[in-house]
Amino acid sequence: MNAAREPIRCALAGRLGRFALDAAFEAPASGVTAIFGPSGCGKTTVLRCIAGLQRIDRGRISVAGAVWQDDRAFVPPHRRPVGYVFQETSLFPHLSVKGNLLFGEVRARKGGAAMALGLDEVAGLLGLGPLLDRTPAALSGGERQRVAIGRALLSQPSLLLMDEPLSALDRRTKDEILPFLERLHAGLALPILYVTHDMAEVERLADHLVLMEAGLVTASGPLAALQGDPSLPLAARRDAAVSLEAVTGDYDPHYGLLALDVPGGRFTVPSAPTPAGERRRLTVQAADVSLALRRPEGSTISNVLPACIREASPLNEQELVVVVSLGAAGEGARVLARVTRRSWDQLALAPGKEVFAQVKGVALAPRRR
Amino acid sequence: MTGFAAEIGPPILLTLELAAVTTLLLLLMGTPLAWWLARSRAPWKEAVAAVVALPLVLPPTVLGFYLLVLLGPDGPGGWIAGLWGARTLAFTFGGLVIGSVLYSMPFVVQPIRNAFEAFGERPLEAAATLRASPLDAFFSVALPLARPGLLTGAVLGFAHTVGEFGVVLMIGGNLPGSTKVLSVAIFDYVETMQWGRAHAVAAGMAAFSFAVILLMTLLERRSRAARA
Repeated sequence: MNAAREPIRCALAGRLGRFALDAAFEAPASGVTAIFGPSGCGKTTVLRCIAGLQRIDRGRISVAGAVWQDDRAFVPPHRRPVGYVFQETSLFPHLSVKGNLLFGEVRARKGGAAMALGLDEVAGLLGLGPLLDRTPAALSGGERQRVAIGRALLSQPSLLLMDEPLSALDRRTKDEILPFLERLHAGLALPILYVTHDMAEVERLADHLVLMEAGLVTASGPLAALQGDPSLPLAARRDAAVSLEAVTGDYDPHYGLLALDVPGGRFTVPSAPTPAGERRRLTVQAADVSLALRRPEGSTISNVLPACIREASPLNEQELVVVVSLGAAGEGARVLARVTRRSWDQLALAPGKEVFAQVKGVALAPRRR
Repeated sequence: MTGFAAEIGPPILLTLELAAVTTLLLLLMGTPLAWWLARSRAPWKEAVAAVVALPLVLPPTVLGFYLLVLLGPDGPGGWIAGLWGARTLAFTFGGLVIGSVLYSMPFVVQPIRNAFEAFGERPLEAAATLRASPLDAFFSVALPLARPGLLTGAVLGFAHTVGEFGVVLMIGGNLPGSTKVLSVAIFDYVETMQWGRAHAVAAGMAAFSFAVILLMTLLERRSRAARA
């Protein structure tokens, strides 16, 4: 097996001050793995331990086949090929933007690292060209964070760690940076561990998810699988949703509607003109999906897809969250629907039943690249 | 007046030489010490910090007295002086340097320690994740970020050494060319009733001190403006 394809393995147990951590998970060697959980659940500690900034008594960490920590060894942080983006700005105020960007680059070069990324490429990817000669003090919050990301990338990491890189920014600045993160995700093979407590960031960026609570990993797996698992707390959230990888199909220029194919079904959403064959991410909220026994007529809802009920679990006294898989035979992607208990009984819904899923709204992630 | 110039020239040069050597030694020794005080988690580090700060409150004569004992013929200083055939370190330029270093230590260590503590853990952690070894990070991140503190420490250390009197009198005496510095020269002029000359030196030193403080304030304001 190619060492670089080996998953990131992490098992950490022990106490740090009054905080007990017992977290074990694997993350794939490419794509974005989000570590999601409430504040204070130990997400940041996990990231700091992986970077070697903190040391926990019993830890085993291996990345791309290299052991960074086990019972005998502890590789110090400066010998671990990680990039780390901190929550708040961590640029060196005494260096220019360019000096900051090259800080890790020259050291990686001296250390004999394979130079996969150059200054021009990173500056282009993150839109840093016009900022190079400025000092960090002359940058906006969003620009600083972009420089910090570029600086981490130029140290030629084999793993990029991001600790809530957007949480210190306001809504508008977040929206300005998210497309850059999506470009990184689409354009680089580098695996990224992304700590966040914001579900919207998870839905847009993550491929894989690690759920944490009170120092424990409660679940980990592909994003859509965890989102669609009614036994996990995600499905019980008010904003429960499932993210689907879609491929663009025909575009109707008359009405401005784009067809998007997902396994087992096709959605139509309003969109700017888009060529066919692009990969895009759709997010379908449980609250926007209702179920019907017959294909409804005379409705403004344009997305009605045949589906099959997989399972259901009570959400509260009044409501259930229902997992349906798209396609008449139920062979396609899974989405969640929130229905009242009364409807469930009146329609005599049950697992295995064929239904129509009416999807009132679909969020289409902006175009990557 | 030419007589005065010839008379006061050597003490001025000696004072500047003493202050320069002392400041250099203090920066070389005080910076690692300040680094340790800022970053160590040893429970007894505050005891070390208190010893370093002692000259702030101790009468200079007390420090001078102990130094006299330590540097004198019967102390370790006498033994060291014996290595090159001398009898004592007291009443020598070397002894003055040792005394000045100890006496001005808190004025150099404290601002540098504050500067190291002010920027916190984060820049060093960032440097570590960017593949800088701890030594590399000290020189490429910690020292540049602590520059205002280093500057303040150097200026204060220099000025304070120029202005010291009690310790010098105790361990240096008043030997022209080797231990007679400006502050002692003033004392001399007053003792011998040469008020005019005492005035000239005193006014010169007052002006120097004023200039130093002003310069420091301006430098600090400029570095703060550059960072904001």
